Amino acid sequence: MTVSMSGTSRRSKPETADSMSARQKEISVSEFFAKNRHLLGFDNPRKALLTTVKEAVDNSLDACEEAGILPNVTVVIEDLQPDRPANSKQSRYRITIVDNGPGIVRKQIENVFGRLLFGSKFHRLKMSRGQQGIGISAAGMYGLITTGKPMVIFSRPHSRKVAHHIELAMNTKTNRAEVTVDEETEDFPPRSRLYSINSGTRSPEFLNAEDYMTGTSVSIELEGRYQKGRGSVDEFLELTAIANPHARITFVPPTRISADEQEDLPFTYNGNGAARIQPASDREDQPGSRSAGHNNGGLSDIDPNITTVEKDGIIYYPRGIDQLPPETREIQPHPRGIELGILLQMAKDFEAENRGGGTLYNFLQEKFSRVSPSKAGEFCKVVGGHSRTKVSDLSPQQFEKLFREFQESKLPAPPTDCLAPIGIRQLQSGLLKGVKAEFYTAETREPAVYRGRPFLVEAAIAYGGELPADQPARVIRFANRVPLLFQQSACSSFKACGETSWRNYNLSQPRGGLPNGPLVIMIHLASVWVPFTSESKEAIADYDEIRKEMKLALMVCGRKLGTYLRKRQKMQREAARRDVFERYIGEVSKAINAIAGHDTKKLYDCLLAEARRRTAIADAQLDEEGKTIKKDEHEDLKNDDTVVLVESRAVHLQDQTDEADDESADDGQEMVKLSSGSRRRKASGKSGRSRDRDVE
Amino acid sequence: MIPAIMPMYKINPMAKDATTKSKTGTRDRINQRIRQRDKATLTKIVDLADDVAGCAFKGRDIRVDIPTRTRSNTIWNKKRGILQMGDAKSQRELFNLNQAKQFMQTMLHGNSIKELINAQKTLSLRGMFYKGLHTIQGTKSEKTFDGQDESDSILEDLEVGLGALREELHVYAKKRGTMVGNITIVDSGDEIDCRRMGSGGYAVPSITEPDIIQFKKCEAKFVLHVEKDTVWGRFNEDRFWEKHNCILTEGSGQPPRGMRRLLRRLNEELGLPIYCLLDCDPWGHYIFSVIKQGSISLAFESERLAIPSAKFIGVRAMDYARCQLSDDVQIKLNDNDTKRAREIAAYPWFQGNKGWQKEISQMMQNGFKMEVESLITKDISYVTEEYVPERLKKKDWLD
Repeated sequence: MTVSMSGTSRRSKPETADSMSARQKEISVSEFFAKNRHLLGFDNPRKALLTTVKEAVDNSLDACEEAGILPNVTVVIEDLQPDRPANSKQSRYRITIVDNGPGIVRKQIENVFGRLLFGSKFHRLKMSRGQQGIGISAAGMYGLITTGKPMVIFSRPHSRKVAHHIELAMNTKTNRAEVTVDEETEDFPPRSRLYSINSGTRSPEFLNAEDYMTGTSVSIELEGRYQKGRGSVDEFLELTAIANPHARITFVPPTRISADEQEDLPFTYNGNGAARIQPASDREDQPGSRSAGHNNGGLSDIDPNITTVEKDGIIYYPRGIDQLPPETREIQPHPRGIELGILLQMAKDFEAENRGGGTLYNFLQEKFSRVSPSKAGEFCKVVGGHSRTKVSDLSPQQFEKLFREFQESKLPAPPTDCLAPIGIRQLQSGLLKGVKAEFYTAETREPAVYRGRPFLVEAAIAYGGELPADQPARVIRFANRVPLLFQQSACSSFKACGETSWRNYNLSQPRGGLPNGPLVIMIHLASVWVPFTSESKEAIADYDEIRKEMKLALMVCGRKLGTYLRKRQKMQREAARRDVFERYIGEVSKAINAIAGHDTKKLYDCLLAEARRRTAIADAQLDEEGKTIKKDEHEDLKNDDTVVLVESRAVHLQDQTDEADDESADDGQEMVKLSSGSRRRKASGKSGRSRDRDVE
Repeated sequence: MIPAIMPMYKINPMAKDATTKSKTGTRDRINQRIRQRDKATLTKIVDLADDVAGCAFKGRDIRVDIPTRTRSNTIWNKKRGILQMGDAKSQRELFNLNQAKQFMQTMLHGNSIKELINAQKTLSLRGMFYKGLHTIQGTKSEKTFDGQDESDSILEDLEVGLGALREELHVYAKKRGTMVGNITIVDSGDEIDCRRMGSGGYAVPSITEPDIIQFKKCEAKFVLHVEKDTVWGRFNEDRFWEKHNCILTEGSGQPPRGMRRLLRRLNEELGLPIYCLLDCDPWGHYIFSVIKQGSISLAFESERLAIPSAKFIGVRAMDYARCQLSDDVQIKLNDNDTKRAREIAAYPWFQGNKGWQKEISQMMQNGFKMEVESLITKDISYVTEEYVPERLKKKDWLD
């Protein structure tokens, strides 16, 4: 693939076609992208750092899943200029990503890392994270441009053989890699180099050789800027961990962070991480082992205690579920999902495959999905041929006719076994470890079709717990399990959230906006081809079919949340009523004792028992009076597989009333409390509650 | 002519010179009656507590019945000419979210009253509020009473609930109202000559029951009750009570219970007619109605407060024309006044009274109201020297 550009003309000296032709030459893809780096997500130093991590992690996860390995991914960001002045915002970083994937055989390494648009995923209709094959090589190219340093690659395709250590730099003129170092080594995973970063990397738990029997390690040096908050590496990894509960991700952030860093991480880590850390070895099945397939064993018990922890300067995103996502099938394009030019190209390729001898009938049957033999026959007749008509004999007019027929004819929807939903339990597991809420629910929709391409929508909601209560809900968006961090308002999912009537589910919502409350809304779109609004893959294009599915998924989740909230409100009312009675009966018993000498304790106990009995009765009556709450609705929720409740994180009602006394009227919202032992977060001002992350 | 004074109150039992056997006997009798009364009140309170405890132990509804003090539960006894309380009762339940606190307050005040009776002391309404006030155990800052209003209303509930009067609960209100005139009384053992009260007058206490106040000597032939102390001051300065041999009283707007009880006793025990000089507005009309028939909120007290024979001598709606008053005295009736006037005209005890129906409709026709002070525009002493004497002479009043 080439991009050609014509030279610019100068007014002063009239050019001739001949003189111009001297400057008209092919430019390589690499050159084009080197000058237009924003197209690939390298707009600024901060985003460049993120994009590099993102492309490498996406590749690692794709590779592991294709090989049927439960992914272990380690991300290390080293600050190479720790002594730079305090006010300098950017620095040179070395980013290293190590995975336990199948590795890459020696002869393909140059192609995979050293050429743009070289990859296994572009030519097929299969659901995967990466699509174009630009990512990692573009990151390497960016690093080369900003620092002049080559990419360092370690790869071990076979666990019993030595690993390769390759260093290569891309030649942007030729779109080819130039290898500077090529040697064999036993150092995989490359611990020796990463060993001394901090106390965490010295622990044997870090890059344990048993967890990385095979795999690939990539290091890229680049000019970047490490900053937390929205659109940061931290957020990306957090969200990746949520959408990929089967992956275990280890993150070593740089020791020094930029001077003006905002402490604004959406989900709070547990500050007392050390107490809650899960010994990794206890939980994992045998490291590096191939997955046991898609059995359902152990799915039913998600452990809400598996949460992201931070220890010795390393952040661990543990594996929430020991099951790989189902393998997806590659599909042929659906007749309705292609354009005329593509049809012509496909026909040309088919001719070439069959050395000019392929028939139209066979072409339709083999290269498209959902074209039955009779349908193929019909198409042949429509274009004025028969089943033996050769593809090479068709005129452009006949192709156009065929293309129109594709649009009008009745065809079944494309097959949907090419889609792998994350799954309800997996979504819950992912949210449970990443978001400290009290209520979780998830929904997976049946596959649907846009423009002849199958897609599938999943939604999940986490509510309450430690989430900030006085802000609009946070929407986290995923496409094929990859978090989308930018351009939220341009995204179809964001529009779907705004169009859903959250007020029906007991949440407050400004007109057309996001609902307010301690809420995280997750939307995942899985498709063989995700329609992004731009090459940088930041927002999902707004197709009606997609938005409708998203809304339906959100409504299912919303209804369950509504049920839970009504129940919670009811409990609150009940508790308030009980509270009122219990407050006064003490005084009543004492007064009666003083007047008539009855035993205070006995009287108090009797009244208390009565108060408890009364509040129960009062609630039952409330239900009978036609309120929507059914008596056993909460029980229903508990038995609902799509709902997870973490009661211990539910804001305690009693405390809440006391809290209100303390805080006076300036903060009428529910207080968000941390679980036991942690300090309490309070509103720091009217403009917004600063959410700080505990780093220790 | 000195009206007959009831023998029981002829002698002051507490007077320092009261040494005779019969005097001592009277005091004893009064004290004995007080003791009996306190004992009865105590029994009522203990019964109430026993009842609550009993219900609690047996798991029955825990509640106190309190007669409702609203217009709907007020009955107009036409024959006797007074308002009486009906039988309607509202339940105050402990296990009702809106009543739980009031229930607790009722019990707290019950206990306070018991303590007062045992200590043989009395407290003002404000004092009672402070007596019952403390932070509820188990809460950080919730108080038993949010303000004196809550406390006052609970005390009124206890009065009707227990069927005991305020003084029987050893509680009294702020004193209000003034008296001066040809009468000598004994107040808590001190002899008071109401002819020698200077310009301020005798401040009428909250409790004017026979055991506190006894009438010793009375020459007056009637009582003139005026609405406010400004008018009363005019009459007192002009020595109206001396010239016309009467008693002059004032109730600072709607007269408090102490004042009303005193008027009633002057009327009942000494046989003095009561004449009222009030504003020509719905408020003045209602004050008269309260003096004459009793009030809605204290209908249970009408028996001893109402004075069915009281007369309304002015100001009348026709006085604007009759007395040729200037335009300046008109105060326009606002919507509220009109509404209130219609309400009053519709009360059963006004409905059958042609004179009053005419009076109210004339005021509405005028479209303005007048205060007693408006008569001062004619002449400073017009009201004392001409207006009132003329009304009395002509027996020109409303019943």
